[in-house]
Amino acid sequence: MMFYLLASVCLGSAMMVVTRKNPVHAALFLVLAFFCVAGIYVILSAEFLAAVQILVYAGGILVLFLFVIMLVPLEPEGMRKPVRTARNVAWSLLSALLVAGVLMTFFRGAQPVGQGGSVDTLVAYGGNIEAVGMELYRRYLLPFEIASILLLVAMIGAVVLARRQV
Amino acid sequence: MPIPVNHLLSFSLVLFIIGMIGVLTRRNAIIVLMGIELMLNAANVNFVAFSRMHGDLAGQIFAVFNIVIAAGEVAVGLAIIIALYRNKDTINVDEISIMKG
Amino acid sequence: MSDFLWLIPIFPAIGFLVNGLAGRRISKRAVSAVACGVVLVSFVLSCAAVVQLATMPSDGRYMENRVAPWVPAVEDGGGAPGLAIDWLFVLDPLSAVMILIVTGVGSLIHIYSVGYMWEEAGYWRYFAYLNLFMAMMLTLVLGGSLAVMFVGWEGVGLCSYLLIGFFYWKQDCADAGRKAFITNRIGDLAFVIGALTLFASFGTLEFRGILSAVVAGQGSVFLLTAVALCLFVGACGKSAQIPLYVWLPDAMAGPTPVSALIHAATMVTAGVYMVCRLAPLYMQAPLALTIIAIVGCATAIFAATIGLAQNDIKKVLAYSTVSQLGYMFLAAGVGAFGAAIFHLMTHAFFKALLFLGSGAVIHALHHEQDMMKMGGLRKLLPVTYAVFLCGWVAIAGVPLTAGFFSKDEILWRTFLFSPVMWGIAAFTALLTAFYMTRLMGLTFWGKSRMDHHTEAHVHEVPGVMKWPLMILAGLALVGGFLSIPAALGGSAMPFTLERWLEPVFEPGTYATAAGGHAAIGEHAAAAGDAASAAHEAAAATPHGSPHGEEHSLALEYGLMAFSSVLAIFVLWWGYGLYDRMPQKLAAWKARFASVHEVLANKYWVDELYDALVIQNFYRLCRAALAFDVRVVDGVVHMVRNVTVGTSYLSVFWDTWVVDGLVNLLAKVVRVASRGLRRFQTGVPQSYATVMVFGLFVLICVYMYLS
Repeated sequence: MMFYLLASVCLGSAMMVVTRKNPVHAALFLVLAFFCVAGIYVILSAEFLAAVQILVYAGGILVLFLFVIMLVPLEPEGMRKPVRTARNVAWSLLSALLVAGVLMTFFRGAQPVGQGGSVDTLVAYGGNIEAVGMELYRRYLLPFEIASILLLVAMIGAVVLARRQV
Repeated sequence: MPIPVNHLLSFSLVLFIIGMIGVLTRRNAIIVLMGIELMLNAANVNFVAFSRMHGDLAGQIFAVFNIVIAAGEVAVGLAIIIALYRNKDTINVDEISIMKG
Repeated sequence: MSDFLWLIPIFPAIGFLVNGLAGRRISKRAVSAVACGVVLVSFVLSCAAVVQLATMPSDGRYMENRVAPWVPAVEDGGGAPGLAIDWLFVLDPLSAVMILIVTGVGSLIHIYSVGYMWEEAGYWRYFAYLNLFMAMMLTLVLGGSLAVMFVGWEGVGLCSYLLIGFFYWKQDCADAGRKAFITNRIGDLAFVIGALTLFASFGTLEFRGILSAVVAGQGSVFLLTAVALCLFVGACGKSAQIPLYVWLPDAMAGPTPVSALIHAATMVTAGVYMVCRLAPLYMQAPLALTIIAIVGCATAIFAATIGLAQNDIKKVLAYSTVSQLGYMFLAAGVGAFGAAIFHLMTHAFFKALLFLGSGAVIHALHHEQDMMKMGGLRKLLPVTYAVFLCGWVAIAGVPLTAGFFSKDEILWRTFLFSPVMWGIAAFTALLTAFYMTRLMGLTFWGKSRMDHHTEAHVHEVPGVMKWPLMILAGLALVGGFLSIPAALGGSAMPFTLERWLEPVFEPGTYATAAGGHAAIGEHAAAAGDAASAAHEAAAATPHGSPHGEEHSLALEYGLMAFSSVLAIFVLWWGYGLYDRMPQKLAAWKARFASVHEVLANKYWVDELYDALVIQNFYRLCRAALAFDVRVVDGVVHMVRNVTVGTSYLSVFWDTWVVDGLVNLLAKVVRVASRGLRRFQTGVPQSYATVMVFGLFVLICVYMYLS
């Protein structure tokens, strides 16, 4: 039940993100979407991930967005009225098809989630965080290290790209 | 009450689509990046849903990495936007069409 | 010597090449030296050859020189062998006589020509042609087969054309040359038909082979008669008998020495030579011989009548030549082949003399040829007058001159054959004496009718022209002693021409050679019997054997005396007439004006030919021209139009289809690119859109397939 509520809110705010003229509005709706997704994670017993989501996305990425929005002024004339260009027509078609696909997926029968191993894993490790930590630092240690290097590189890249050219 | 996995998948699909629409439609580069974030999030939801279905934590681990990547990518992307703004004085992707023709 | 017979015609040929190729550049002296020199060399070689021949026994006088094959024999594998011709030169008594006449008289005329032609343009060309003529004539008489003889036959015809039309810029000379050549050609057609028929019947063209076969009895009388007549028609063309004589008077347009050599002494005698060469064949065809005799007799009197009324000095001599050739054919026709050749020889002497003498007169009078404008030249040109006298008495047949012996022999043999023909021939002799006297009268006697300018410049001939004239005059007077008839003691003489020539006409000579020739092999055994049978057959016919036996001496003496008296009378009477009584002539001319008109216009024969033949031929030519212009050119024009039309098609095709395709390609590319270019927006989002589209399609496909 919660899930459906969260899902619809998320989708609604996502729609808002994509359609708002004002990027600040879009950013705020994006935050809402993030929070909803975090909620869904919690429902799916991925508490750690929910926390990380809020920390990183809502706290880091979004702030970054807001900074840049402030640095870059809006286009004075704003968005033009969307015209029926070929791109837009193609677009509409595509989206219609995708919606059809979505509906097909939705109404397909499948096994319910929420049973199986993850509960056992949870029990074994005494909570999600421990389980994730165990997995992360044992089996997926190398990717973890690589990810950290990647972050470093990204950071350097961002600094280089954004600095004032002398 | 267990949630049917197809509901989760369809949710993630719709979210992905919304994000894609935003990427492909919007002219403001920042909004495009936001669309990308939405797409990544949708993928994450997918991961977690399947992780829960199979009882394998690999999905959640991957989702963690995904978030990491997303963060890095946003940083670099925004840096590019700033550099672009400095050079072209616009962030309207339609006007940055040097590769036209 | 027999291996060197080919040198006799070769030397004049060398002279022709030298003068022809280099004559323009070397001096006139050099040209004369080369031209006369080669002919003299030929004469010396001929003498040597004849001397050698004479040393051979009388029944075996035969030298053969087979130089090289011309048309090589091809093995036919079963059938008869194909035509094989060799370059074969043969020397026997008959050709011996001929080469001596040709080279002897020829060299005299060459020397004379040096003087006569000295001031003319194209001096070197004249001598080149003259030498070529000598080479061809010698090939003709030395030829051992009809093929080699025909080479010479055609060659002399060509040279005749070239020399008659020597002054080619003058219309009448060019026309005369053409007339001569074409008339000759008509005869040549008949000659070739006859020759090839002989080849078809006997498998060979060589004289020995043909005559052996004939003597051995091969070939039906009909075939032989037909062949004989065909060959005779060829002789008519070459030797100017009726109906193909019309070219000879016109040929007088050429230089006078040419008339002397070709149209008196040598070329025109080729026909007579040919008939005599094939004597055994003719003797097997008595009908042909009779026809020859009739034609000869008719021609003799016909031409003599025309000669009476001609005013051009050379035309008189031309018709005289035709008439004398008629005598020769008459002789051959009655079987007196030896007499024919004898008369040929004496005629060569006195006719050449007369022509060269007339050349001297013409030269002295600056090319005046009309006798009506001459007269009284006796005092002015003494040497010329003297030699003319010799020729005059010789041709008239005054006793003891050359002409007397030869003409009398012919008259006697004709009498034996047919008294009627004898009468005609005797009358012709009378006419001959008369017109020659008329010529002498108008030219030398009486008062001068020349205009003063010409008279002032009259001069006697230079030395180079004088000596040949005198030598010929001598021969005309004494040449007859070469063949004194038996009736006058000829049998006692060490040499008579008749005896010398006998073996050539005797069929028996060829019988012995029968076994040696491949084509006649099977009759070899019967050859001897057949030959003697042929001999008797020939003796039994009215034509008599060549020997002329069984006659009454008294009759012969009587006839001889009769013709001598007649000749002398005409000469004396004519002399009186022309020298002292020219007015009587004018009166006669008035009385017989119509007759004179007919004779002076030569019976309008040329006009007749023109109307019957030539105009129709021109009509044919015009029709052919019309055909060519309309049909042939029409086809060509049509082809042209078709080509132009198809080229338009090509143009259309090229412009619209070919270029169209190329342009279409370009247009397609342009349009497509214009359309496709729109994908390259430069905006990544549109690229991404397309990618999503594609991805979606792939997913659908995947879902469909699984």
